[in-house]
Amino acid sequence: MIRRHVSATVNGDPVEFLSHPGATLLDALRDELSLTGSKEGCGSGDCGACSVIVDGRLICSCLMLAAEAEGRRIQTIEGMADGSALHPLQQKFLDHAALQCGFCTPGILMAAKALLEANPEPTETETRYWLAGNLCRCTGYDKIVRAVMDAAAEMRQVRV
Amino acid sequence: MSQLDYVAPASAEEAARALAAGGTLAKVLAGGTDLLVQLRAGRLAPGTIVDVKRIPGVIGIREEDGGFVIGGATPGALIGEHEALTRAWPGVVEAATLIGSTQIQGRASLAGNLCNASPAADSVPALIAASATCVVVGPEGRRTVAADAIAVAPGLTSLGPGEFVFEIRLPPRPPRSADAYLRSIPRTEMDIAVVGAGVNLSLDAGGLVCEARVALGAVAPTVILSEAAAAALVGTRVDEAALANLDAAAREACSPISDKRGTALFRTKIAGVLARRTAIIAFARAGERA
Repeated sequence: MIRRHVSATVNGDPVEFLSHPGATLLDALRDELSLTGSKEGCGSGDCGACSVIVDGRLICSCLMLAAEAEGRRIQTIEGMADGSALHPLQQKFLDHAALQCGFCTPGILMAAKALLEANPEPTETETRYWLAGNLCRCTGYDKIVRAVMDAAAEMRQVRV
Repeated sequence: MSQLDYVAPASAEEAARALAAGGTLAKVLAGGTDLLVQLRAGRLAPGTIVDVKRIPGVIGIREEDGGFVIGGATPGALIGEHEALTRAWPGVVEAATLIGSTQIQGRASLAGNLCNASPAADSVPALIAASATCVVVGPEGRRTVAADAIAVAPGLTSLGPGEFVFEIRLPPRPPRSADAYLRSIPRTEMDIAVVGAGVNLSLDAGGLVCEARVALGAVAPTVILSEAAAAALVGTRVDEAALANLDAAAREACSPISDKRGTALFRTKIAGVLARRTAIIAFARAGERA
């Protein structure tokens, strides 16, 4: 089978990989680039566990072909922490115990990061609507929403 | 998906040629939020995937001749962020941005929503109520088609071999005009319309409705435009009598199926209720533009 050569930028680093024509971006991230933080929950864009940011837009990487990534800038959960220093969202998820099994967490963190980049001061309602495409079967969402709101507050303080 | 082939042409003409050459298995890839799901579910046999997003003009929004031109693959998020478009066509924008989650909004497009040809497509009643037209590119060149002529049955379009929707055009706005879209779903987000209603209207200088279009989704094999429902609004101030006539005409226009989302009886009843509520919103918005 013919494999397609793709060049892209992932978390600031140039990457190259070969993809099968039907492979999704999620397949390429996990299987070609060994970035296994993004998860496959449903494979149909319903659960958000595969959320990544492509050219500044939050998307489901299971609904994008790897071949489409040519020349694109991709951010994944692996680029969220600065070395060993956690991103404020990651720290607040720990502080609030906003995860249990953790499978949905990378996707929710990426979605929350995109939210706070678009809107540094979201209301709880805005936060809940923004995260409606990220399913969590453990937490009941309350602790997630509290962690995101708390991280937003802290990040606003740092900015001032 | 082992037989799948991917091409990303740089021009509309090249895309039309690739689609035509790929035959019935060739598929247009815009946002992919329907296409990839259908491929994965095995509902589509893998063939040539023609990614149209590298074609100049297929993503973006511009004002032209007093109206708006929306590239066929423009994602919902971009549509929702466009202030001038939102001011002129609030109903089209709210319909487009209701679709799916934040993640889906990062990719899902109007052309995709039209050409997936679901009777429950959220943006389609709003586009039809808005008298939107589509610029269709194919191997024979370009033609302009009314938005309500794209879908002909669930999952089936009127597009010929090699044709795809390149852009969507919204006409110039007369003064005192506005539109609205409402849908009914059992939850608040992430669901498929049980009924959708799009209303677009213009008022005369005296505040009476002088033009109206009413389109209903998920109550027939395709989204329907009801002339009787529109006629119920014309010449009125959308008072209770007009709304009762609109409600009856909307219900009369329905020929829904019963499925897990709602019975035919329920859909018909809700179509009347949603038509009323949508007309009230569109009328209030038009009045603010007096």
